[in-house]
Amino acid sequence: MDRVTQHNNQQAQRKAAMAVLAHAEAGEIAARLRDFTLPDHQDLRAPESGLVMLRGRVGGDGAPFNLGEATVSRAAVRLASGEVGFGYTLGRDGEKARLIALCDALVQSRDFGGAVERDVIAPLREQLMVRREQAAAETAATKVDFYTMVRGEG
Amino acid sequence: MYVAVKGGERAIENAHRLLAHKRRGDQSVPELTLDQISEQLGLSVDRVMSEGSLYDRELAALAIKQARGDLIEAIFLVRAFRATLPRFGASEPVDTGAMRVQRRVSSTFKDIPGGQILGPTFDYTHRLLDPALAQGFVPDAPATAEASTAPTPRVTDILGRDGLIESSPQAEEGASVGDLTREPLNFPADRDLRLQNLARGDEGFLLAMGYSTQRGYGRNHPFAGEIRFGEVEVEFVAEDTGFAVPLGAIALTECQMVNQFKGSATEGPCFTRGYGLAFGQSERKTMSMALVDRALRARELGEEALAPAQDEEFVMSHSDNVQATGFVEHLKLPHYVDFQSELGLLRKLRKEFTDAQAPDAMKEAAE
Repeated sequence: MDRVTQHNNQQAQRKAAMAVLAHAEAGEIAARLRDFTLPDHQDLRAPESGLVMLRGRVGGDGAPFNLGEATVSRAAVRLASGEVGFGYTLGRDGEKARLIALCDALVQSRDFGGAVERDVIAPLREQLMVRREQAAAETAATKVDFYTMVRGEG
Repeated sequence: MYVAVKGGERAIENAHRLLAHKRRGDQSVPELTLDQISEQLGLSVDRVMSEGSLYDRELAALAIKQARGDLIEAIFLVRAFRATLPRFGASEPVDTGAMRVQRRVSSTFKDIPGGQILGPTFDYTHRLLDPALAQGFVPDAPATAEASTAPTPRVTDILGRDGLIESSPQAEEGASVGDLTREPLNFPADRDLRLQNLARGDEGFLLAMGYSTQRGYGRNHPFAGEIRFGEVEVEFVAEDTGFAVPLGAIALTECQMVNQFKGSATEGPCFTRGYGLAFGQSERKTMSMALVDRALRARELGEEALAPAQDEEFVMSHSDNVQATGFVEHLKLPHYVDFQSELGLLRKLRKEFTDAQAPDAMKEAAE
């Protein structure tokens, strides 16, 4: 595998992990990390809250426009072995951003990447999927089944 | 003057203390929690997020509690809060086509791919007050059915395939996205600024404007092509990561209005469109927004623009309820000096009037 492919693979993996973590509560991530022997790490950027302007598109698929802002928290963590992780999430929970950053750093680590996927990301993904499937099933029950009533004129 | 100001300070302090007491109400009644507001008054929270122009359920719930349920006051509080935070940047435009749909209806096609999905709606309720809700109501668990994995394409995309509807305007290469929170508004305003203005505009104002187009003041023959509500993922290209980072999901409502057709010498006739998008489940808001968006396109589409809803300066200058309430409500602040000068002028005019009425009497009196 060449270096570019490797980089892209790792990026896709990090993004997939972030997509799961952003949907979890800080407490849920912390609980999963509790049984984990964490390597030494430090805050590279202390958690901070700010705003991101959310954009939509004209007609859903046209030129972008500014819809309104959202609160977003971010943080960065560096492992003693050098990997730098970034955490971004909607909302004002700085601790959650820090935990995501820590997980992102672990995902990139040769020693911890597999374990964090298995013990943290995968169970949270499973939980997220269950929640989504339940919501989809409840939504599906409200789908209209049309039947046609034939009138006299035909 | 100095004495009056000091007296005002104490009165203000005590008035706010009384307000806090009134806000809490009868203290033998349990205090509202933010979770209760967010979970049980969810549509109020959605409105405050949309018009406060800040997606944060907890902050919107806090604002509603602080404002004693006055939603415009709550919107004001949220707007003021957002000015205290730095902006990290702008998100990638959300893809409403990839929405995890919780509701999706079309009044133009019965059999749309993905189906008509009612979701949690007030539609078809009888609008009778339900005494069962007065206390201790436990709802039945929602029914479930096998979820389809079929995509739910936008109705406008389906019409677009046959060229029956105009396509959405695309951004020019390298064009910046207008932001009315950063630059003062100039007219004529482009569609991006108009949509931003409408998205944070007052629901009641937009409802009245949209309604006026239906009643004939700028009629544009609308059909609700599609209304969808659900969750979309948000991504943000962070400078430090170098790729689009997932931030989580937000709830949005989108309305695609399909309107009367237009054609030209070079293009065949096709339906036109109006667009509405707002945070949370905000159906009335997005429908009204789509009607007004379409009405504001009058000039672009070569229609006569005579009605209020077609006048962009009128609509955009009066849609913001924080600005509107600020100007209306400032009338109750002290205008003593202004009023003194008006009073002085009025007294002078009245004296001149009286003098002119009775010149003879004046002359006699003078003699």
